[in-house]
Amino acid sequence: MLKDITIGQYYEGKSLLHRADPRMKIIWLIALIVLIFLAQNMYALSFAAISVIISLIISRVPLKMYLKNMKTILPILLFTAIINLFYGEGEVLFSIWKISITDGGVYRSVFMALRILLFILISSVLTYTTTPNDLTDAIESLLSPLKFIGLKTAVHTLAMMMTITLRFIPTLIEEAEKIMNAQKARGADLESGGLTKRVKALIPILVPLLISAVRRSYELAAAMECRCYNGGEGKTRMKKMRLSLIDLFLSLACIIIGAGIITLNILF
Amino acid sequence: MDNIIEIKNATYSYTDEGISHIALNNISLSIKKGSFTVILGHNGSGKSTLAKLLNGLNTPSSGDIIVDGMNTRDEEKELEIKRKVGLVFQNPDNQLIASIVEEDVAFGPENLGLEPQKIRECVDEALKSVGMYEFRKSTPHKLSGGQKQRIAIAGIIAMSPDVLVLDEPTAMLDPKGRAEIISTLHFLNKEKNITVVLITHYMEEAENADRVIVMNDGEIINDGKPEDIFQNVKQLKEVGLDVPQTTELLYALKQIGFKVNTKALSIEDTAKEIAKALKL
Repeated sequence: MLKDITIGQYYEGKSLLHRADPRMKIIWLIALIVLIFLAQNMYALSFAAISVIISLIISRVPLKMYLKNMKTILPILLFTAIINLFYGEGEVLFSIWKISITDGGVYRSVFMALRILLFILISSVLTYTTTPNDLTDAIESLLSPLKFIGLKTAVHTLAMMMTITLRFIPTLIEEAEKIMNAQKARGADLESGGLTKRVKALIPILVPLLISAVRRSYELAAAMECRCYNGGEGKTRMKKMRLSLIDLFLSLACIIIGAGIITLNILF
Repeated sequence: MDNIIEIKNATYSYTDEGISHIALNNISLSIKKGSFTVILGHNGSGKSTLAKLLNGLNTPSSGDIIVDGMNTRDEEKELEIKRKVGLVFQNPDNQLIASIVEEDVAFGPENLGLEPQKIRECVDEALKSVGMYEFRKSTPHKLSGGQKQRIAIAGIIAMSPDVLVLDEPTAMLDPKGRAEIISTLHFLNKEKNITVVLITHYMEEAENADRVIVMNDGEIINDGKPEDIFQNVKQLKEVGLDVPQTTELLYALKQIGFKVNTKALSIEDTAKEIAKALKL
């Protein structure tokens, strides 16, 4: 179960989206999320869906990878769909006791579920086509204007923290699994009982995990010092981020999607 | 040959819960440029403490460490010393910073403020010299322990150090990973002319070294060529170290009256010695 988490899992490739500037990718992602929010009717949302599908295709990441991501958010998707089913007006399709399901409710339910699905899909396009380090570099670069208001070290520290977090997520997951197995071997019961019992059962896993994480951090700090790290002062980058024709092309695509959604909103 | 590192009467002590411990007791030692030195010692012998003194990560309580003419107490020379003397630790998982191999190797050169083009060259060369170039785009957590440790070494090599100090780099690895690391170190020593100081408690890793130093209780108790050091089977056993199996076999044979030369270290030489003694 823990292994299904795909935060920061990059899928190696050479597609247009892989080669695009990570800073621009972040900006487009934010723009597209806002646009999907702005889509008011099914036509506009379908148009957004088509654009998302096209970006999935040009990312050249196997569909299997996206589906794997879907598996973990399926409960949220179903929950949203079911909740929205009861909030709607219009013709009553059928009713049980005091609850009635209307065609408006069905429409709303599909609409909301599709919207969330699109958010997740478009965000995973970014994480699959961009290395975690590129992402943090891009965030550092996008936040760099903050330097002028005296937050120079804060920006660098934030980026460093994100890099280290991404690097240690798989390591700590592995460690958590090891500890869980060790506790199970000692007879710990992690899977049965009520909520409070199960939360309590997590304590013998979290405490050793935390202690080991603190130990690791000491060693990591020493290793970073040995590699001449001194808080990012005078630091250069191996990879220079550069805008290219791809970015221009994809920006145009983004503008077209925006124009399409807004037009369809007004027309229908 | 010149001495690249000189340790002059270094003592290191620390207090733990009000009790003071002496980890290193008045050690003097010099490491020759281009040499391959192995420091052997059991847990708590002070060998890891020594490693941290060599690049100025810690400074001795008394005495001095001189790296290429610079004292590790000199704060202005701190970065220069850390660049010259690279330190690799035991657990590769706790040394890698980035989630992509080449970006991790680039961390050191980036901190030194080199030009992007130059960083690229350093990273590629470092990865090639540890034989991990083809893995440059993969992510460390999918690699084996030995491969991760080689990347940690590449991360140090990329800063073009003069000395590579390794603190039990093979302790967490399987035999295959251990063999990979040891042959990588000999390659770097011979081909790239990097001085290697390998700290370990595995005897067999000392076999091809130029010099072996044995430590116990914060003191140097023996210092010499590997074949000479291993002769002292009794002393090594006393400080909790194992002699290589070949030496132990020859030593046992000699004690029961066979005329064998216990200086043979490799399996082939040992076999020849035994064949000779049996007049085969």
